[in-house]
Amino acid sequence: MVAVTSNRAGPKRKHQRLILVGLALAAMIGGVLLAMSALRSQAAYFYTPAEALAAKVEPGRAIRLGGMVEAGSIKRHANGTTVDFRLTDGKATVPASFTGITPDLFAENSGAVAEGAFGEDGVFRATNILAKHDERYMPREMEGIKYDPQTHQVDASGQ
Amino acid sequence: MIAEAGLAALWLAATLAGLQLLLAWLAVARGNADAARFIRPLAVAQGVLAGLAMALLIVLFLISDMSVYLVAANSHSLKPFIYKFAGAWGNHEGSMLLWVAVMSLAGGAVALFERSLDRATHFATLGAQAAISLGFYAFLLFASNPFQRLNPPAVEGQGLNPLLQDPGLAFHPPTLYFGYVGLSVAFSFAVGALLTRQVDARFARAIRPWVLGAWVLLTIGIAAGSYWAYYELGWGGWWFWDPVENASLMPWLAATALLHSASVLAARDALRAWTVMLAVVAFAMSMIGTFLVRSGILTSVHAFAVDPTRGSFILILLGLYIGGALALFAMRVHTVNEGARFDPLSREALLVVNNLLLCVILGLVLIGTLYPLLTEMLGQSVSVGPPYFNAVIGPITLVLMTALVVGPLLRWRRDESGAALRRSAPAIGAALVTLIAVLLFADRPIGWLPLLGLVMAAAVAVASVAPLWKRNLRRTPMFTYGMVIAHLGCAVSLAGMASESAFSSERLAAAAPGDSFEIAGYTVTMEGVRPYAGPNWTAMEAQLVVRRGAKVIGTARPQARYFTDPPTPTNESIQLTRWNGQLYLVLGEALENGRWQLRIWWKPFVTLIWGGAGLIALGGALALVGRVRRERKQARLARASGAEHPQEALA
Repeated sequence: MVAVTSNRAGPKRKHQRLILVGLALAAMIGGVLLAMSALRSQAAYFYTPAEALAAKVEPGRAIRLGGMVEAGSIKRHANGTTVDFRLTDGKATVPASFTGITPDLFAENSGAVAEGAFGEDGVFRATNILAKHDERYMPREMEGIKYDPQTHQVDASGQ
Repeated sequence: MIAEAGLAALWLAATLAGLQLLLAWLAVARGNADAARFIRPLAVAQGVLAGLAMALLIVLFLISDMSVYLVAANSHSLKPFIYKFAGAWGNHEGSMLLWVAVMSLAGGAVALFERSLDRATHFATLGAQAAISLGFYAFLLFASNPFQRLNPPAVEGQGLNPLLQDPGLAFHPPTLYFGYVGLSVAFSFAVGALLTRQVDARFARAIRPWVLGAWVLLTIGIAAGSYWAYYELGWGGWWFWDPVENASLMPWLAATALLHSASVLAARDALRAWTVMLAVVAFAMSMIGTFLVRSGILTSVHAFAVDPTRGSFILILLGLYIGGALALFAMRVHTVNEGARFDPLSREALLVVNNLLLCVILGLVLIGTLYPLLTEMLGQSVSVGPPYFNAVIGPITLVLMTALVVGPLLRWRRDESGAALRRSAPAIGAALVTLIAVLLFADRPIGWLPLLGLVMAAAVAVASVAPLWKRNLRRTPMFTYGMVIAHLGCAVSLAGMASESAFSSERLAAAAPGDSFEIAGYTVTMEGVRPYAGPNWTAMEAQLVVRRGAKVIGTARPQARYFTDPPTPTNESIQLTRWNGQLYLVLGEALENGRWQLRIWWKPFVTLIWGGAGLIALGGALALVGRVRRERKQARLARASGAEHPQEALA
């Protein structure tokens, strides 16, 4: 059967390869354009509190906010499922609120990344919280932020 | 002594791989017959030695030899047996050794069992395989020696990350690795075929079992990883678009495309250059995956080796192999003849569409995964997550599903549009019935993506069994059943995903003993919470009685666990599985007044996601067995008739 089909040589064969290459190129270019437009609208930008305030992130835009959970700031609502806290990078502090089960290592004086958006009232409404996953793992964006347990000072100069 | 023996075996295997490469060059480029005689025995010996090194590492973990650095850093003498065993590859060095061992054993298998290739291509393939192995041997011996001694020996090990102490996860990485390795073999075949200019149907038949096997294992690995994340992390999601998940998904997408194009090449002798290209891309994706996971360059829970040296080592290997293969491809592509012709309306054409869409999805995943790296270099932190991936991947997957409805119903080479439409009628009918049923009976508004997902699932399900219509079911070849079952699996998975995202309900509560909560017709009553002690952890355990009406369905005991070595809290969620979904229960933290956080989900038909993946893997396995059996039979027949090349005799 191989011999039969390869006898169909001629100009049309070149044609088929060209069409295939053209289709592949079109698909790839279309894919890249789609990716770029989606990235512009959907990529969540990472901010520390100071950066978020400086950039005046508009309410409702999905971002990631990373910092230390400020000492003494965690307040649980009476319903038991909503928690208010403040995120700080040593330069600025942002009030935040989250409803759900907080990650196991979500604690005061410990790093956390909150995914969500600012409300009109300036409170950050988190839809998801990423905390240190275990003793070794830390969200990569948090690498520069250091906390001194003696003085309770947060240093984000590495950012 | 065992550690030294393991290291020696590794060095010896590396030396043999070097020799194998040299002899393959002599045999293929110089036509040296003496060299040719030794290549296959060498490949087998190299595989055995690498396998021995891996076996010795496992022994070191089993006897908890704390004078070996890797064991001390990743194991503990009190750990359950199975996790000591699996701990051998639950770390960077061990997993890389496992990779090399499996790759070399696969090379040995190619040397022993491959029959359909001509001798020169076979030797070139073994040479390419040796070249890949050499890079990984160098990586192990110079950058991550698993047999490194610790002096003085540790008194006790540091334990295995508790998240990894799970039977599913213990066998998840090796499954994926075996898949990656299968793709490395396909890559070697492609390089071999390019070197000897033998890109043809025989080449496609030779790589097909390896691609099928790799694809089955990748499918199982990805599904197992997804199910593990779903029940172990307690967050109720089954896919997070985490870079490590993407790292396993990308080779799978490439392998899926390769599998289909290799079928076209084997059956119809078309898409020659394209198939070779995909074989290169598929292996490139497994290398990129390894690089992303092992370099720690991306944010991920799984990326446990944050080490720039290793990252750059893998990057150099990646550049060398993939760059080399692409250069070879560019130099030789003009010698690859165009294959047979086909019409725009034919099964080949739809398989081209399938390939293009899979490649576009692959590209979109790749861009989303690498984009944060790119912007970081430009000084801006960006995270790309589910909003991006769902928005771009979802719609294209649905288009791909349309191709899956039409493709298997078309004839090879050319078809009539009227006849094709008639054959698609039952699938279109099923889609319409589903659409109307969902719109009429859904108890809530449902997004267009899940809605189309359900509709397409129905169409794909009907279309996938259509090839069996009016056939003699007992004489239908096994690989046809394989195709039907795998395609049906796609429909089942898609239905599960759509149903889960459209119809899940959730309750989040602060529960005191005696409290009851209603969800989806079930009543969950919290009876109490008590402490519980496990072998190497302690926990708080809730007792939740689940009722439907007055009838008790079961008692669920989710736990919040605490491991001491290393100190890590984890969560043991409980899933009660019914025929139509799962009740998912998680115990959160203690609140004041003796109350506890409790999270309850009802996830309708969520199990179909993994059940479908199981069907896909089963279909692949049936196709693999069916193909291998047919090739064997043909080879036997050909030998009986005295032909030199069995496939040619039959073609």
